[in-house]
Order: sequence, then structure tokens, then C-alpha cells
Amino acid sequence: MARFGMVIDTRKCVGCMDCVVACQTENDVPVGYARDWITTEVRGEFPNLTMEIRSERCNHCDNPPCVYCCPTGASHVEDFGKTVQVNANRCIGCKACVSACPYGARFVHPKGYADKCTFCLHRVKEGKDPACVSVCPTHCMVFGDLDDPASEASRLLRTRKWHTLLPEAGTKPRVFYLT
Amino acid sequence: MLEITTTRHNPLVDPHLAVWSWEIPLYLFVGGIVAGLMILGGVALLRLARGEDPKGYFSLHAPITAFMLLNLGMLALFLDLAHKLYVWAVYLTLQPLAPMSWGSWVLIIVYPLLLVSALIRLPEAWPWLAQRVPLLARWSDALLASSRALRALAWTNIVLGVALGIYTGILLSTMVARPLWNVSILGPLFLVSGLSAGAALLHLMAALMRPQRPAPQGPIAGAIGALIQPLGKEPPAKETANALIRADIGFLAVELLMLGLLLIGLVTSSASHAAAFELLMSGKFAFAFWGVLVALGIVIPLALQGLELAHRIPHTLVPAVLVLIGGYTLRWLMVNAGQMSQIVQAAVR
Repeated sequence: MARFGMVIDTRKCVGCMDCVVACQTENDVPVGYARDWITTEVRGEFPNLTMEIRSERCNHCDNPPCVYCCPTGASHVEDFGKTVQVNANRCIGCKACVSACPYGARFVHPKGYADKCTFCLHRVKEGKDPACVSVCPTHCMVFGDLDDPASEASRLLRTRKWHTLLPEAGTKPRVFYLT
Repeated sequence: MLEITTTRHNPLVDPHLAVWSWEIPLYLFVGGIVAGLMILGGVALLRLARGEDPKGYFSLHAPITAFMLLNLGMLALFLDLAHKLYVWAVYLTLQPLAPMSWGSWVLIIVYPLLLVSALIRLPEAWPWLAQRVPLLARWSDALLASSRALRALAWTNIVLGVALGIYTGILLSTMVARPLWNVSILGPLFLVSGLSAGAALLHLMAALMRPQRPAPQGPIAGAIGALIQPLGKEPPAKETANALIRADIGFLAVELLMLGLLLIGLVTSSASHAAAFELLMSGKFAFAFWGVLVALGIVIPLALQGLELAHRIPHTLVPAVLVLIGGYTLRWLMVNAGQMSQIVQAAVR
């Protein structure tokens, strides 16, 4: 059984926001909302600065607080790829999942249900990459099965240094940033 | 220096979480009072069943007030939902890890329970209804005559009241992303605060009871009278009213202790919890916490009620009103400060 994850090379990412635009277009994300976004983190004192640019989205955590708090089961872990998904026809719009996510990855869709990155599961089922991955001009994003040792994502995680976001939250996120 | 910029600008999420407005604090407050009234009403029913209080003061008013407040609370909860037409989805499942799911089921059980508890004593207080619906009067008489049935009803009220009171706190405390909420004492704290607010509300209602007032007749005056009129023509015995004040002193003292434990727990925990502690201690929420919740809502009514019991000052409604203000402030504070609290990025890479 696959367990999808994403590996993003921060040494290649230039923050061009192609991934953001691709996601908005592919998933018809309403204007003013974002399923993925660019975060720029600058550390140090001038002139000794380091900068990390990251394309961020739902981390499809192994230990997902948004799924645990959902009163209807609308937020659930999909069998296919063990990704975290929302069933809009079961969502009552209580916003507990929006509060429960330490990454702020969820929002309330103007139609009332909770919405977020799906890892473009509809594309992945057709054998394609998620929209954000497919358009990246620097090829800094790799999508794949983390349980398959032969996948490119697994190979990168074995050979490169990486970090995840807020590991102290204990959510076991599955979007990894190569440093 | 650490500077973070983001292109994300999702409404209600950025710059900080603001998904819950006035509806949820109101619901948590009202839900807490309902829980408190269920427990106090259950105790009143037990006293009635045991013959300790033949009039069973508060055993009518507690459930009927709780029933009306429950309607208000559930309305607030419904108004908060963003996908309202799908609300039925809650009752298609029971999610064992989601307090909101448990709470929804508790609410749906509490609803008829409170209705039954209120109806038992209603024919006595509202003669018009008893004449028009003799079946209800017969049913009420039969239940009142059976101490076993009364005891069962009392304990069901108490157990579900405790469940409802704790759930309103657990609802928030299971969220790891909000350090201010992610403390296990929140459930008991909300329960005790609900008990104290429930006692305060009963106290206010007891003050409306006047001796020798004839029971109002007719459909409308009788209905209103049933809500504010005592059972019988006398106010509650002094020891009954004093017991309520004594109980409230206990609730307030425990609440103060639990607030202290909450603060100690936050400041000695992770950096994220310590940051949440600072939210209450200084800045935007400090006045509401220290001035309104601690001083006005707990310490002052505690002192006033102590002095009243010691016959140093006359009995007034001031402590009861202050306790209710404090109860609402606790929910308002936790919901609003909690939404601003977030996990602090502790690791510097």
C-alpha cells in the first residue's frame, strides 16, 4: 500500500509561485484563497544571512490532528496513498480541523466546507504528478511513495539532509524539505 | 534574527486563526450553565426523592431554565456552522477520537432528558396546563410518587451534566496546534465554572421568588409564572438558599485553584505553552484575565458571598451577576486567546 509524500529541494526553489498558480488553476481554488503558498525564511544578521524558500501545503501527516477532531468523518485518511482528504458532502463547516492544523493548511471554502491540498489525487490516480510538481521550472519538487525504497522521493530522503515543518507538533508531516 | 514572509492570505486563518466568533464562546458558556443546572437540578431531585426538601426547590427551575438555555446554545452552535445544510452528517456516525462527535450525541440525549425533567413539575407550577393536559398531570403525579423513578432521573441528570460540562472543555483541549487549549485541566475547569454559573443563575431566580404571590392563571401569564414563580407560596427555606451560596463558594474556590494550576502547567511546559501563558499574563488579554475573570468574576463574588454567609453584609444579587460575567469571560478569553496561540518554532536550524 502506497504512502505518498513530497520532497522539495530548498536549494533549487526560487519562489516563482508557479506551483501556486498551477494549483489555483487545476483545482479551481477560489480567488483570495490558497491551497499552497510560498514561505521565505531569512535568518541571521546582515550581512551574514541565510534564506530558505519553501513551497508549503498540507503535510498529509501520518498523525493528523485534523482527522481526529472531525465530528463527522468528513476529514479522513484515504486508503489510496494514505493521504488526508475532505469529503465536502459530509463536512458541516464546524472549523475544528482548521483550528487543529498547526500549519494553517486548511481554510473554509466560500461554499462552507473545509478545503485544502489533496496532493491532486485525481491526477495521481491517472498516473500524473500533482499540478504543482508538474509545472515546477526548477524541478525542485518530487512526489512519490515513501514506502517504496526505490522511489525517487525515498532515495532523496536517504541521501540528502532534510527537515519537516514543526516536528515538535508530533504530527509526522510527509512534506520534506531538502537543505 | 528570524524573518518569515508568506504569500498565504487565507481569510479567517491569516494573520492568526479567527474561525470562531461570538457563537462558540456563547455556546460554551450556555452549555456550561446547562451542565451546572443539570447537576444542581439532579441534586434537587434527589433531595425531593429522599424527602429532605418536600418542595423540591430548583428541581423545576433548573431543568426548565436549562432546557431553554440549551435551545439558545444549540442555535448558536448551528449559526457557527459554515456548511449548515449538512448538519445531519453529525448524527450518521460516532467518531471515537472527536470530542465534538461525542458532544453532539450527548446534546441529543440531554435534550429530551431536560424536557422530561422539566415536564414532571410543570403541571404543579402551571395549573392551566395541568387542566388542559390531564395526561401530563397524571404522568407527572405518577413519577413524583415513585422515589425510585425520581432517583433514576436525578442520577441521569447528574451523570450527563458532568459529561456535558467536561466535554465543553475537552472540545478545545484536544487540539495540539493551540497550546493554550492543549491542557487537560480545561475540561474540569469548564465543568466547575459551569457549576458556579448554574448556581449563580439559580440564585438570581430564587431572588425572584416572593412569598404570598398568587399563582398566575391562564396560558401566557401561567407559563411565565411557572418560570419565575416558586412551587407553593413561600420562598425557598433559608438553609436551601444558603446551601446554594455555600456550594457556589466551593465552586469558585476550586475554579480559582484550577486557574492557578492551568497557569503553572502552561509556564512550566514547552516554549509554545509558555508563549500561551504570556498571552494571558500580559498584552491584549491581561485585563480580561486579571481584571474581569479573576478579580470581578471569582475573587470579589467569593468574598461577598463569604461575608453574606457570615451576616456581615446583606444578601444581594451582585455576586451572582458577577459570577455570570466571569463565566462568560472565561469562555470568551479561552476561545479568543486560544485562537491566537500557536506552536512556537523552537528549533533554530
